[in-house]
Amino acid sequence: MITTAGREENFNYRLWRYDGAPGELIPLLQSAQDHFGYVPRKAINYIAGVTGVPESEVYGVITFYSQFRLQPMGKYVIRACDGTACHVSGSRMIIDTIEDELGIEVGGTTEDGIFTLNTVACIGCCSLAPVIMINDETHGQLTPASVRKLLRELRRREKAAGQKAAAG
Amino acid sequence: MKKVIIGMGTCGMSAGAQQVYDRMQEILSENPGTFALSRTGCIGMCYREPLLEVREGDRRTIYGQVTPETAAGIFDSHVVKGKVFDGNVVYSLDGKGGDGGTEADFLRQQKRIVLRNCGTIDPESIDEYEAAGGYRALEKALRGMTPEKIVEEVKASGLRGRGGAGFPTGLKWSFAASYKADRKYVVCNADEGDPGAFMDRSVLESDPHAVLEGMIICGKAIGSDFGYIYCRAEYPMAIRRLNIAIEAARGKGYLGKDILGTGFNFDIKIKQGAGAFVCGEETALFASIEGQRGMPRIRPPFPAEKGLWQKPTNNNNVETYANVPWIISNGAAAFAAFGTEKSRGTKVFALAGKVVHGGLAEVPMGTTIHDLVFNIGGGIKAGRKFKAVQMGGPSGGCIPVELDNTPVDFESIPATGAIMGSGGMVVLDDTACMVEMARFFLDFTQSESCGKCTFCRIGTLRMLEILARIVGGEGESGDIEKLQELGRQIKEASLCGLGQTAPNPVLSTIRFYRNEYEAHIAEKRCPSSACSALVDFKINPEKCTGCTICAKNCPVNAISGKPKQTHVIDNSVCVKCGKCITSCNFDAVYKS
Repeated sequence: MITTAGREENFNYRLWRYDGAPGELIPLLQSAQDHFGYVPRKAINYIAGVTGVPESEVYGVITFYSQFRLQPMGKYVIRACDGTACHVSGSRMIIDTIEDELGIEVGGTTEDGIFTLNTVACIGCCSLAPVIMINDETHGQLTPASVRKLLRELRRREKAAGQKAAAG
Repeated sequence: MKKVIIGMGTCGMSAGAQQVYDRMQEILSENPGTFALSRTGCIGMCYREPLLEVREGDRRTIYGQVTPETAAGIFDSHVVKGKVFDGNVVYSLDGKGGDGGTEADFLRQQKRIVLRNCGTIDPESIDEYEAAGGYRALEKALRGMTPEKIVEEVKASGLRGRGGAGFPTGLKWSFAASYKADRKYVVCNADEGDPGAFMDRSVLESDPHAVLEGMIICGKAIGSDFGYIYCRAEYPMAIRRLNIAIEAARGKGYLGKDILGTGFNFDIKIKQGAGAFVCGEETALFASIEGQRGMPRIRPPFPAEKGLWQKPTNNNNVETYANVPWIISNGAAAFAAFGTEKSRGTKVFALAGKVVHGGLAEVPMGTTIHDLVFNIGGGIKAGRKFKAVQMGGPSGGCIPVELDNTPVDFESIPATGAIMGSGGMVVLDDTACMVEMARFFLDFTQSESCGKCTFCRIGTLRMLEILARIVGGEGESGDIEKLQELGRQIKEASLCGLGQTAPNPVLSTIRFYRNEYEAHIAEKRCPSSACSALVDFKINPEKCTGCTICAKNCPVNAISGKPKQTHVIDNSVCVKCGKCITSCNFDAVYKS
């Protein structure tokens, strides 16, 4: 794991090191997203300025690829797998349940900034289907009831931590 | 000394391999010198992860579904006392050619060429790769073979591209070799985007050097000095291990300037994909490496003439390159001895879905689907009925159980309307609705269409709308014909493989399961009880606790029942929204 400072240096360093070599736009955007968690307006500005690629074209590339985000993400990023194996094991029901429990739709972030819900085509743990990932942790063989329990547990943990921080 | 090896591919990690590794490390630091701890990639038995192996010379014992507690038990019993720990042994080799364990059948029926080192060596150690015969083929190719001889050898092996299209690899190489240019490129397509396919990921995570070696040999054959690996960003572990492998190969002089003192230069760079399925198409992949939106372009000119940066380029996928060192080392004839007349060698399949043994299996071409599903895959989960396999992902099609004696090769599979694809094989049981499957795949390709060709961009959307109507219970007569007509037009009028194959799942399910479509349209009935809009919702009295939450969530008050008593759904009022299923804390609501 790289520290925040390390990542910042990486993005700045990458911008600074840019020598006009073609094909560097996507790696630059990736390092901006690594650093900020999304691609902020300012980063588009900088990248366009340094590479000479028009901002409109940078924006075009960002919106073409599903990896890039223009909005910050929640503390817990849920990636619900909707690959074939998960789909036949009922992933749609799991995704519906998460949407209902959190009150957001796929691609959205809860108002308190705690959860973001995305779907992915395949995580590659097909034998554990249906699967979701919450940040780097994989949770498999889910049912609507068990995924609800999981989310409520995280909510409780967050609430407790918030109260503790407020009290302390 | 005994060696304890833990399977640490992505599937192992998600099942808890890291905790097992940490526990073993703890034990090792408490008992220094009792064993050596190491890691390996994917053994292929995803359904038994996490896997732990105890190795002593040629004797291997593999334990499955290991927890930190069983790991401690294995240490006490097997490592210390030399007594096999009961209960978890999935596979064992006694060192004299005999094998055993509950899952011996899974491995016994495979022939591992691509997966030769997967699950046996540490992917982060170049020494272990060399000890397993690695980079010997490169030496042979650089020191003892001319570029023409290498191309001839690959041609003679009969190797065909494993990415899906099955184009003869040797022929492809000879095209790229024939063009003169100041620079040529070797590209490895590791943008494995098919949902339900994870062969390439496992090879990259478990044996990255095999892919590098194949690429370097290709470089020599076509006269290129630079290679790109285009890998999905969703495969962080594969990228990390590739980076380690590239560094190590440079350190040992297998990559860089003057490789093995032969004057040949070659280097490799990794490019991370950014999440676009269409980038699996080679011209779109080149555009993405060049930093643009990944959109395909018209061929000709073919990549062999004008590919990446307008230079002659050879593009193959991960599995194809991984075959190359084996062919060079063992000879074309040894490779051609496996498989069928027109499809030589082996193919790796990712078995997933409703099959008991989900995982990776490498079999000779020509093995039947039945053998794959039942003899290696162990049959259908929960004793249900085998209905079909879906092959080739969103570009492929369904092969029904009636055709399960179809051999897997590049001729027989397309004859059924499906495609070989890269090797994803999703097994479906009798709960799968084929109309809904078709809708699912089309939904995927529709959202992944890059938008360049009108027929692909809008045609798939129109097809999707019709399918959504059908599964929603609002199908009309004539819909099937409309789907077929649209499908034909999209196939003909799209530039790249994505559009040309997008209608396949729909067309192949209409071909084999027309009666299901008709039941949805004419009788408003889903024969597999899968489509929410066409089934009844019921509550299982054994699971229902009478908590009232479903009744509170029901938007049309279709659920009645007193607190603490079993609730009942009135299906004449129900609008099939599914709120009761997702809100129930006890999984008591079901569809029938």
